[in-house]
Amino acid sequence: MIVGLHHYLVVSALLFSLGLFGVLARRNLLVIYMSLELMLNAANLALVAFSRYNANLKGQVMVFFIITVAAAEVAVGLALIVALYRRRGTAHVEDLNSLRL
Amino acid sequence: MSELLPSALFYAFAGLALVFGFLCVANPLSRNPVTSAMFLVLTIVSLAGLYILLHAFFLAAIQILVYAGAVMVLFLFVIMLLNLEEEERRKIRGITLGLGALSVAVIAGILIRAVVAARPSAGTTPLVEGGIRNLGHTLFTLYLLPFEAMSLLLLVGMVGVILLSKKDLK
Repeated sequence: MIVGLHHYLVVSALLFSLGLFGVLARRNLLVIYMSLELMLNAANLALVAFSRYNANLKGQVMVFFIITVAAAEVAVGLALIVALYRRRGTAHVEDLNSLRL
Repeated sequence: MSELLPSALFYAFAGLALVFGFLCVANPLSRNPVTSAMFLVLTIVSLAGLYILLHAFFLAAIQILVYAGAVMVLFLFVIMLLNLEEEERRKIRGITLGLGALSVAVIAGILIRAVVAARPSAGTTPLVEGGIRNLGHTLFTLYLLPFEAMSLLLLVGMVGVILLSKKDLK
């Protein structure tokens, strides 16, 4: 059976759902962040597949930009988590339930 | 033979990515963040294999270098820095887990149903080659302004990280 666009899209949807489940179920801030990265990667896979099967490179350029933005986002987000940990002494979302620092 | 091998490789890499992704978010044996990070690295490497099958060679290299290299090393640094071992032993309530799994399963069902209903042109021979020459040409002609904006974004991110990691954060 020849592998087509819909195969890649189904894999992408399943990976996205796994990432979403991680965000919902896990309680550690860092693991939630990793699940977000998984969701971004699923979207990237869908974009590359669309790019390939529509004979159009724009999707791949988009993925290039997404990877760059994700790298910047990870750096800033992890700095925020470290700052929060220094202030509150925990990285567990159930302990971080007040807006006041 | 030339048709069979890419299909077999697709199923292998896709299966590996899904299994490793599951072990990353919901490992039944270990809730250590380091284990999750390692399985995320394996997921990213499997996705790079899928990119190669889609002839996106440059993106596969970038995926390994930036994601599996830089980003995951940053994650591991922070995990080691924060020393999160004592937080593993929290119990997760079953009802939240069940409701989360149910809602995620519904969303996955909607997505897959949409893919099946849309019937994307199955079996058409793909054309585009994501080599570094074509990608670089598109990037530096059509997308030059977003490319420069991205450099500004990285600069802002760098300044923000330095500011946030100061000891006396106001």
